[in-house]
Amino acid sequence: MNLLPLAQLKIEKPGGSDSCAASNDFCPGWIAENIGRYWDPLLEHVVLTLVPVAIGFAISMALAIMAHRRRWLTGPIITVTGIFFAIPSVAAFFLLQPITGLGTTTAMVALTSYTLLIIFRNITTGLRNVPAETRDAAIGQGLTQRQVLVRVELPMATPEIMAGLRIATSTTVGLAALAVFAGGGGLGTEILVDKYFKSNVVVAGGLAVLLAAVLDLLILTAQRAVTPWQRARS
Amino acid sequence: MPAVEEGTAHSQAQPLEFREVTKRYPGSSEAAVDGLSLEVPAGEICVLVGPSGCGKTTAMRMVNRMIDLTSGDILIGGRSIKDRKPEELRREIGYVIQHIGLFPHRTIGENVATVPKLLGWDKGRTAKRVDELIELVGLDPSEHRDRYPVQLSGGQRQRVGVARALAVDPPIMLMDEPFGAIDPINRERLQNEFLRLQAELRKTIIFVTHDIDEAIKMGDRIAIMQVGGKLAQYAAPAELLMYPASRFVEDFVGSDRALKRLALQRVRDIDLWTAAAIRPGTPVAEAREKIAEADVPYAMLVDDAGRPKGWLSDRALAGERVTKELRSPAEPIVELDDVLRDALADLLSSETRYGAVVDSKGALAGVLSLEVIQHFLHAAPPASPTGAELLRE
Repeated sequence: MNLLPLAQLKIEKPGGSDSCAASNDFCPGWIAENIGRYWDPLLEHVVLTLVPVAIGFAISMALAIMAHRRRWLTGPIITVTGIFFAIPSVAAFFLLQPITGLGTTTAMVALTSYTLLIIFRNITTGLRNVPAETRDAAIGQGLTQRQVLVRVELPMATPEIMAGLRIATSTTVGLAALAVFAGGGGLGTEILVDKYFKSNVVVAGGLAVLLAAVLDLLILTAQRAVTPWQRARS
Repeated sequence: MPAVEEGTAHSQAQPLEFREVTKRYPGSSEAAVDGLSLEVPAGEICVLVGPSGCGKTTAMRMVNRMIDLTSGDILIGGRSIKDRKPEELRREIGYVIQHIGLFPHRTIGENVATVPKLLGWDKGRTAKRVDELIELVGLDPSEHRDRYPVQLSGGQRQRVGVARALAVDPPIMLMDEPFGAIDPINRERLQNEFLRLQAELRKTIIFVTHDIDEAIKMGDRIAIMQVGGKLAQYAAPAELLMYPASRFVEDFVGSDRALKRLALQRVRDIDLWTAAAIRPGTPVAEAREKIAEADVPYAMLVDDAGRPKGWLSDRALAGERVTKELRSPAEPIVELDDVLRDALADLLSSETRYGAVVDSKGALAGVLSLEVIQHFLHAAPPASPTGAELLRE
């Protein structure tokens, strides 16, 4: 299986006089000159993270709402998504190849499957943590089941749901670095191109960590914006 | 207190009737509510009271179809609740529960606006009504409207719960231990406030509690239920205390039911004894004549305005004219408007046989004694005022 044509490429280390780069060291000068080549992989990485999280969120939400109405579904859903979660990512890429081929789609499908367990569990926990008396008061005032869900239960579960999104996002940023094995691109490609060159690995790896931190902060900010009552104290 | 907005669809209170209502849960041999029949006249508070497991909450929750009836029917204004869509029915019935259940993610104003919003009121009307209600329950709209429930005290939250239930001026209210989670001092205050509110609003209310004292205070009528969901007695508070229908009711209202009755009555409600009111300088012969006509064998010295000064001694009546010599001071002095229980407490703590009763101007109106109270307790209850009526006066 000719999986990695990229692996044969070598990063050109310009200026043979640059002994630092030649000896695969950490070279600030080289980094400053070559940082531009990482933007496209970074962008790919962002897409490889956000699309699976978004799709995973949509699927998990649908599953959680189903399981909220029919409690017995919770166990089976956790079992199935748990199995997805347990499959090593590289194995998943290979297993999916006959179906989705080599490329971004394969990576996205696998990455999406990893988010399901995390997000589903958090939505379920959030919905179950709504106090019985709040639900009782809502129904007693004449809210329909759907209105109770949309106006009371989901808003009150927002902190847990957002916490799930944060974990799922950080996890996916990390796992997306392996998308290279599915031919999916991303920062992992850059790491693998010259994995012995310290500067390269530090920049590519560092950008992934930075991406995880920035996305986490963004979700946290969004959470604060939509849950003002959480900070209200007399 | 501001008047309630007129012209809302349901402002007229309606009678409520339980007709042979039974609730049986599947898998349970005993009924939770067993053939409950009672009528609540429009504008009255009916308290369902009883030990835990007596089905009082189940009975209440069947009214707005939070629980479905197994058999029988409940009629609101003569109309069966079975003919109504549960959601629509619930929007017309105020609902207050012990844990209040305010939405923590909504401000006070938004919480109160829940049902108006469901009914599609426009923003202006809703905002006006919300402020009106927040004020009605004794909070300040500008201060509290935009706060979250967590920023309020327990008592304030309970007030908001009542405001929310009143939002669309429903003809019927259901209240499940509404003051149960409040400390005793604030509970008393909230009860009084609510009775004042009810005196004005005149809702038909089903009020559930396990506390017989609260039932006596809040209820125009009390339905005592016993385990197995059976109605043990349905009567006005004074009647219940006077004539408990069974051993169970007698035990439940407590051995101090005589004292509880005293809490429902004022001094002016009972037949007081008379005493001779004598001004200093009155001819002794005239004074003796008055004493002979009175119920009490002692005479009270009064001033020109008729205010009691003290019980006259024998020596004051020894000469031609009455002097100011006293055997004992005029203590205690109770007022006609005092609650009988408080008057009795005064009488007991002063260690005297007779208590001078004065009217609102302070003039002697009669004499209260332990015998008078005892006589009252053994006589049939007069038209019995309720806690709500006592507060209204």
